[in-house]
Amino acid sequence: MGFGSGAFRENYGQDMALLRTRRQWGLLAIFFVFLLACPLFCSDRVLTIMTMIGIAIISVHGLNILTGYCGQISMGHVGFMAVGAYVSAILTAKLGWSFWTALPCAALASGLAGLVFGLPSLKIKGFYLIMATIASHFIIIWLILQLRSITGGADGLAVPKPQLGGLVLNSKASYFYLVMVFACLATLLSLNIIRTRAGRAFVAIRDNDLAAEVMGINLWSYKLQAFFIGCVYAGVAGSLLVHYYGFASVDQFPFMDSVWYLGMLIVGGMGSIPGAILGAVSLRLLDELVTIAGPILSAAVAAQAAASLALISRGLVIILFLIFEPRGLDHRWEMIKAYFKLWPFSHEEGE
Amino acid sequence: MTFFLQLAVTGMALGMVYALIAIGFVIILKCSNAFNIAQGHFVMIGGYLGYTFLVTFGLPIWATLILAVVTATLMGLLIERLALRPLVGQPELAVIMMTIALATVLEGLATLIWGGEYKTYHGLLPTLTLKVGQISVPPESLIGLLVSLVAVTLLLLLFRYTKIGLAMRATAEDLQVVQSFGIKATTVYAVSWVISSIVGVVGGILLGGVSGVMIPLAEIGLKAFAVVLLGGVNSIGGAIVGGIILGVSENVAAGYLDPLLPGGGLAQIFPFILMLIVLIFKPHGLFGLVRIERI
Repeated sequence: MGFGSGAFRENYGQDMALLRTRRQWGLLAIFFVFLLACPLFCSDRVLTIMTMIGIAIISVHGLNILTGYCGQISMGHVGFMAVGAYVSAILTAKLGWSFWTALPCAALASGLAGLVFGLPSLKIKGFYLIMATIASHFIIIWLILQLRSITGGADGLAVPKPQLGGLVLNSKASYFYLVMVFACLATLLSLNIIRTRAGRAFVAIRDNDLAAEVMGINLWSYKLQAFFIGCVYAGVAGSLLVHYYGFASVDQFPFMDSVWYLGMLIVGGMGSIPGAILGAVSLRLLDELVTIAGPILSAAVAAQAAASLALISRGLVIILFLIFEPRGLDHRWEMIKAYFKLWPFSHEEGE
Repeated sequence: MTFFLQLAVTGMALGMVYALIAIGFVIILKCSNAFNIAQGHFVMIGGYLGYTFLVTFGLPIWATLILAVVTATLMGLLIERLALRPLVGQPELAVIMMTIALATVLEGLATLIWGGEYKTYHGLLPTLTLKVGQISVPPESLIGLLVSLVAVTLLLLLFRYTKIGLAMRATAEDLQVVQSFGIKATTVYAVSWVISSIVGVVGGILLGGVSGVMIPLAEIGLKAFAVVLLGGVNSIGGAIVGGIILGVSENVAAGYLDPLLPGGGLAQIFPFILMLIVLIFKPHGLFGLVRIERI
């Protein structure tokens, strides 16, 4: 996608820059001001939705690096979120650590769990890896239920709200700011990771791992790095999730959520950072739509219609995207931009 | 010893359920290289269809089976034509996500139509009970074993002696070669989906008659993948052997180890532990083909 005339890229630094024109800086500034101002005019319910979207974005960024960029499909992402969530919950609730020291530990623990369960990826791929990651999800959840003395088992665990200085972040608005800061940092980190040597290696592994290995990319190291990075994101997201609820329970980490995180990637566009954000936002908004429409439908048709609508709508969205727009919303957005830019001509000049 | 044998025999029953799901899965995989996560949901739909035909409509068993086969054929054809065919040539993940999405839609439909409740139709199907010494053989295992054996025999005959069976094996081997020989790959795909949907639905009806049917029945489908991986993803016989091994070992392990663990519930994750072990040490399973990959 080119820019308007006058935006020259004269050296490598400029070519690699994330923001190149004054207009982009301006839009970013407007976006930040909008985020800062949100609690002024949004109701608590809208803030809750946006907080949940923020947590989903962090998690999907991790899955995007692992699955979208490195091609290692993981259906155990929620399991790794649970690891981060419980480590953070135990450290703050049982040992009395502050949230700010527990969060890095949670991220690290998730990453280490990712390393362990990512080991099969060295031998297997595709469907087999999906099965291995599904297995890891169930094993993690089972372990959490088994270690009742420290995790509370099926009863769950009460988690204190994070504190910043003397301020307890227990209002919706303060937690919204916290999650948004992390979501923006996660986005920035993702944008930078994929521009590094490791990021390029990930893409090479995704496109053809044998060819990548022949070119001298160390599969062992880079696949595990991808698992580590992806699961660190999951750990941060999981930790933020349980601190938001003030409660940790395995019910917050159902297996199907892993599938929906992959669904978000497909709806948004695999291997694209704006795609990950678009996917997380749009599927979460769909969920909200279903929560609003469900009771109405239940009253009109049958009591179970709400539950069935939730399942069918999510399934159908993924089916329709796979058939009609397998490259996701991000690709569609680029097409729309190109259409308006080139109008009245329908094709861009050849490279 | 009696305890062990009883555990093993009950495990066999479970294993046959696994095997039924695994067979349907292997058929689709053999022909179109598509991994069908929704196979367990076919079994669940079958169970509910059995309830509708036998209890709601009050039909006899033979009519139920015929209607169920017709419904399964329609379901298989529709799924293949509408959902899977547009994905030919797409990456593996797209196909897997498609079948997961299909599974969700099927679950949603089952919730909508049957209310997601536990339904049972005991006594309407002929049941077999057998007692050997002190061990009673549960009817599920006999029915499951019977259906699986019949299904496998028919399928082996189909794959071995019919033209479409040969076409199916060939399509799994090399799509381009098959197409250049004038075989319609789309027909082969449609047939494979219809067969596995029939196997699932008929199995579901028989299971529903014994142990009832509810939505979580579909989740056995996830555990059945351990069977598929253990037996080798493209071996029908392997599905049965794997099913028996997993069912028995899961039940025995849970029976002896559960009292030692604080939370119990080992049976819930035993298949997944086995799955990880198989994937790490023998990714192609006991009877699977080892494929060599080239760039």
